[in-house]
Amino acid sequence: MPAESGSISRDEVAHLARLSRLAVTDQELDTFAGQLDVILGAVARVGEVAADDIPPTSHAVPLENVFRPDELRPGLTQEQALSGAPAAEDGRFRVPRILGEEA
Amino acid sequence: MSVIHLTASELAAKIQSGEVSAVEVARAHLDRIAEVDGEVHAFLHVGTEAALASAALVDEQVEAGSAPASPLAGVPLALKDVFTTTDMPTTCGSKILDGWRPPYDATVTSRLRAAGITILGKTNMDEFAMGSSTEHSAYGPTRNPWDLSRIPGGSGGGSAAALAAFEAPLAIGTDTGGSIRQPAAVTGTVGVKPTYGGVSRYGLVACASSLDQGGPCARTVLDAALLHEVIGGYDPLDSTSIDQPVPSVVEAARLGAQGDLSGLRVGVVRELGGEGYQSGVRASFDAALQRLEKLGAEIVEVSCPHFEYGMAAYYLILPSEVSSNLARFDAMRYGLRVSRGASAEEVMAATREAGFGPEVKRRIILGTYALSSGYYDAYYGQAQKVRTLISRDFAAAFAKADVLVSPTAPTTAFRIGEKVDDPLAMYLNDLATIPTNLAGVAGMSVPSGLAEEDGLPVGLQIMAPALGEAVMYRVGAAFEASRLADEGALTAPEVTR
Amino acid sequence: MTTLVDYTDVVARYEPTLGLEVHVELSTNTKMFCGCPTEFGAEPNTQVCPTCLGLPGSLPVVNRTAVESAIRIGLALNCSIAPWGRFARKNYFYPDMPKNFQTSQYDEPICVDGYMDVTLDDGTVVRVGIERAHMEEDTGKSLHVGGATGRIHGADYSLLDYNRAGVPLIEIVTKMIPDTGGRAPEVARAYVTQLRDLIKSLGVSDVRMDQGSMRCDVNLSLSPTGSGVLGTRTETKNVNSLRSVERAVRYEMSRQAGVLDEGGEIVQETRHFEEQSGTTRAGRRKETSEDYRYFPEPDLVPIAPSVEWVEELRGTLPEKPWERRARIQESWGISDEELRDLVNAGALDLIEATVAAGAPAGEARSWWVAYLAQQANARSVELDALPITPAQVARVIALVASGELNNKLARQVVDGVLAGEGEPDEVVERRGLKVVSDDGPLIAAVDEALAAQPDVADKIRSGKVQAAGAIVGAVMKATKGQADAKRVRELIIERCS
Repeated sequence: MPAESGSISRDEVAHLARLSRLAVTDQELDTFAGQLDVILGAVARVGEVAADDIPPTSHAVPLENVFRPDELRPGLTQEQALSGAPAAEDGRFRVPRILGEEA
Repeated sequence: MSVIHLTASELAAKIQSGEVSAVEVARAHLDRIAEVDGEVHAFLHVGTEAALASAALVDEQVEAGSAPASPLAGVPLALKDVFTTTDMPTTCGSKILDGWRPPYDATVTSRLRAAGITILGKTNMDEFAMGSSTEHSAYGPTRNPWDLSRIPGGSGGGSAAALAAFEAPLAIGTDTGGSIRQPAAVTGTVGVKPTYGGVSRYGLVACASSLDQGGPCARTVLDAALLHEVIGGYDPLDSTSIDQPVPSVVEAARLGAQGDLSGLRVGVVRELGGEGYQSGVRASFDAALQRLEKLGAEIVEVSCPHFEYGMAAYYLILPSEVSSNLARFDAMRYGLRVSRGASAEEVMAATREAGFGPEVKRRIILGTYALSSGYYDAYYGQAQKVRTLISRDFAAAFAKADVLVSPTAPTTAFRIGEKVDDPLAMYLNDLATIPTNLAGVAGMSVPSGLAEEDGLPVGLQIMAPALGEAVMYRVGAAFEASRLADEGALTAPEVTR
Repeated sequence: MTTLVDYTDVVARYEPTLGLEVHVELSTNTKMFCGCPTEFGAEPNTQVCPTCLGLPGSLPVVNRTAVESAIRIGLALNCSIAPWGRFARKNYFYPDMPKNFQTSQYDEPICVDGYMDVTLDDGTVVRVGIERAHMEEDTGKSLHVGGATGRIHGADYSLLDYNRAGVPLIEIVTKMIPDTGGRAPEVARAYVTQLRDLIKSLGVSDVRMDQGSMRCDVNLSLSPTGSGVLGTRTETKNVNSLRSVERAVRYEMSRQAGVLDEGGEIVQETRHFEEQSGTTRAGRRKETSEDYRYFPEPDLVPIAPSVEWVEELRGTLPEKPWERRARIQESWGISDEELRDLVNAGALDLIEATVAAGAPAGEARSWWVAYLAQQANARSVELDALPITPAQVARVIALVASGELNNKLARQVVDGVLAGEGEPDEVVERRGLKVVSDDGPLIAAVDEALAAQPDVADKIRSGKVQAAGAIVGAVMKATKGQADAKRVRELIIERCS
């Protein structure tokens, strides 16, 4: 367990907010940092359970090998697909310019 | 007794016999909504025309003498605004989806339509089902019909309040950590969280995928069972859907109503119900145990030692899944777009900041943290191990008892505003309901009476193994029948302005 | 700008370590997690559904055929097939990714630890280790509008098409390939070429680098010869042809050596290959903070291929393309160079199929590499896109062998088939192209020709048989080429004796 586990700094919250694409305000940062610190303190209790040899559960019901046949299924029309779009052009979703890497 | 006070099964019978038309029933409920929902605020959207059209179709079938589409044909229902509907907006109580009209119906929505059920509208909820009070709805809180200054529980407070205020005889909720059962408890109604995989999640806007489960809400156990059989069952569009027949819960509820539980073992979970539970809640629970014993059940004590870590594990797993599930709300393809900044990245961040409320943001940040590479093992990984241990606790307990019982919620309905700024205090409401979600087993809440000190409803939680809904409904129906005979129905006071 | 180091000099002083990541788009009917078509080139956003658009509430279901293709690729690469594994979510925001996470495989890939023996042009065999092959989904495509170049930088806005989103991808990652020295570029190209042929032989992808159904990333680092210290690697993307694979490796070797020679450090980064100049340019820096927050995909259940299933799939693997070529080369008796020409012309499969349809290998080869290759060239299509089947070519060859057609007529028959006039026999029938084999009309034609040229006839009669050529020509002209020239010559000599 990392040494700083169970506590979270304001800077860390700011970094996490950037990672999660949330343009939080300074005031929110202050509030969240305090609240998250308290919550983390509470949830860090999971570490008290000795569970080295316990397998993790990712799915509540033990299903395996659920597949779909490779068969076409009707989808949406272009009009339906774009029906909720904040902006569209030439049958495509129009979005502000993308920074970052060329795809 | 007016139409709105009838149960769903009574309404269905009257509609089929032609004693009352489905359109009249729909109108009565729409009128009731118009009358009281300004105060209760159970609904985010009322689909008057679609509801009347759907009811008219049922009436045509009745007139033509054709077989009803289902035992609930023509009965009105309030649908939690987290299921997609093509004819109504779907907002999940969030500004980020304000006005979004999905181009597809959820499987639950389709099944309700196919059953001839009249969908009245979409009910209020905590934003993206995160909360225990419906105060985290971006569209304002829902009020508890028992006391308009109090919360109706959450996240499905809208659905539960609609039932308690007689705005609908049936409702659909979703339960990720108690969002069906806790509102049922604090509004004096019945709410069921089916086995994980028992009701399709296709078209249910995800909160935490591995915990979410849609389920029926009603004022009686039989009505919940009838609705359960309509919405339950395998769906090839949901990989986690269980490919087995729906448990015969209607039959079980009818059997239970006969009042004999002899031969059944009811386990009392030692770790649920002690400290931190309101005295009236404890008293009601003790009385419930006596009642169950009187009905012939054998009461046994069981221990689930890892339940005390349930809340911690839950508040790691849930935010982690939330942080990923809610990433798609980014202003590119649907929903809100706040055009602040010139780049897609800036618009995404500005939109998410403006479109999400504080509780959602808190959980996204917490989940992002818990999944980070340096912390994954200590938090998410460890929480998943706790999940295994809780499942093992359940397995051991179900070896000793057919069902487990506990109070559904530690307190009765608290006042609006009381806990909204104290997330941790809010989280404690789900203490008793969270373990079933972590293990994927079934749970329900049935009214167990009123707390002495405040006269507000208290719920009894009944838990059963995966796909063990039949025995759960049987116990619930027996308990309900016995309590009704002694104490009468829990009816909220008339809503007044 | 770094000075490039001369290639021989690089090789003398540095040892390259190579790694290749190849993405292959599967040619399944439907996408990885939904029933939308995967065809290339449709109108934008017409091959989408709630799932591949990432709409709220939608859920994925795994395409069984995609899993089988992944397993078959793994088996062909001598990998072990994981007996149990899950999909994971790779979380990062990018507008071409509808959910803002990619459903992929992380620490539980379906295929692990294999190898492929790669044969270089001079016969040297290099064993390339395969680290893993895993399943994932493709992203949508963005079109950048405004700015001079259509590139992302300087664009005013972008337009998104999600037809490609969710198309199944298999990512095949090699282990580090050490000790290739100066042959690193050649090894890289030979590996990708051989991998392409292998996957094509499995029929699971059309592996078209020009259309993006096969994409290659080149990882390369240098270490000073004998130092034993692994250098920092770069990852070069946008390498879209076999030739580019070779050029990218070569360029990166020269560039990195230049940086190191100047005392600089190689930055761990993504670089882009520029097709025109054959250079690479820096893209995004790989920040240490980049954290994809992988976690098991809760909406999909684990995949646990049974031994029976895997063995059944192993039984469907075709002969390895290189083994097949060796066999063909031997049985057709052709040189390495001839074989390579056939492979490069894309004629091998077609010739083999023609032979399988009963034609002699020599005739089949000659048709495909000569006349049919010219026709394909004239139409600017690949050889296998010509509208004629190997069976039809074999039938034409048979008609020539039986004397029913001569070569000139045979070409006309092929033209007819290419023009869509039907099967070879139908073309012969409709165009009336059969060699005239009934001597009656031929004799008349011969007599006529002899009468028309009495001086030539006299020469033949006097024993100058070679003079018959002029009469043959006249007869052939008169019969519009349908006569068998050999038989005409025989008849002329008969009539003159």
